[in-house]
Amino acid sequence: MRGLKFIIAGILFGIVMSKSEAISWFRIQEMFRFQSFHMYGIIGTAVVLGIIITYVIKKYKLRDFQGNPIVFTPKEMSVPRYLLGGTIFGLGWALTGACPGPMFVNIGFQYWSILIAVVGAIAGTYLYGAIKDRLPH
Amino acid sequence: MLEFLSQPWPWYTSGIVIALVMLVLLFFGKSFGFSANLRTICAACGAGKTVKFFDFDWRSQTWNLLFLVGAIIGGFIASEFLSTGEAVQISQATIQDLSALGISAPDGMQPEEIFSLESAFSLKGFLILLLGGFAVGFGARYAGGCTSGHAISGISNLQLPSLIAVIGFFIGGLVTTWVLMPLIF
Repeated sequence: MRGLKFIIAGILFGIVMSKSEAISWFRIQEMFRFQSFHMYGIIGTAVVLGIIITYVIKKYKLRDFQGNPIVFTPKEMSVPRYLLGGTIFGLGWALTGACPGPMFVNIGFQYWSILIAVVGAIAGTYLYGAIKDRLPH
Repeated sequence: MLEFLSQPWPWYTSGIVIALVMLVLLFFGKSFGFSANLRTICAACGAGKTVKFFDFDWRSQTWNLLFLVGAIIGGFIASEFLSTGEAVQISQATIQDLSALGISAPDGMQPEEIFSLESAFSLKGFLILLLGGFAVGFGARYAGGCTSGHAISGISNLQLPSLIAVIGFFIGGLVTTWVLMPLIF
């Protein structure tokens, strides 16, 4: 089954997000109150390693498992889009204590009430799609 | 071994595995970005019939939906087999700040005041989760990504737009934490 590797990668992600408590509302609150290094440590380690990984892939022009070059598509520059969108995202992130990944990990963790947030997130995505042409980008 | 795994894991384990997951997905010819799944779900539910933004070949994103399924399974494995159910060890300062808002110290992973089914189905609790989730979904798509797509993948690729998005994440998070939460709770 070709998709199995993605499920396994997801399982690894779900386990480590749970075990490092990154799916906890409390940890997100602690982060936005600057009262612990924990979440900064998680994101910081991932980013530092990510920068090294990305640099090495580009420098040595590494290829994926099918032999295709690994490409990074630069993001289109815009300030209102990222700043406004990001701020709206942040308002919800602090309130639910969950960004999209942890939302789904929490379902597995059997915090069933998170399903309400998931429904909200899908509805929010739909509304964005419906009105995107009327928003500053 | 199992006893060791059942302890909370230090932060760097998470950072290392997240970077590893990003590397593995790149090696598979994909890119790490979780919130794209929300768009895919809309498309798979037929939103493409009414809104052009969802009119794309969502089946090409099946790999990411499988990653999402894996994330749910991972959460299940962690809670069923790798958890002692102990409280999150947050700082005393946070416990004190939250108690001033009427939120009791951690008893597990999530606060009872928001996540217990009783709270979630009170009008206030329901709206907190629904509107919070709504802002996450709307904002992630507007900003073109979430924590994984911007804060991890984007900044790893030194993308200025991702840095702007992350600054936005923090503006919003700080407004909720310091301005809205005292009004809500």
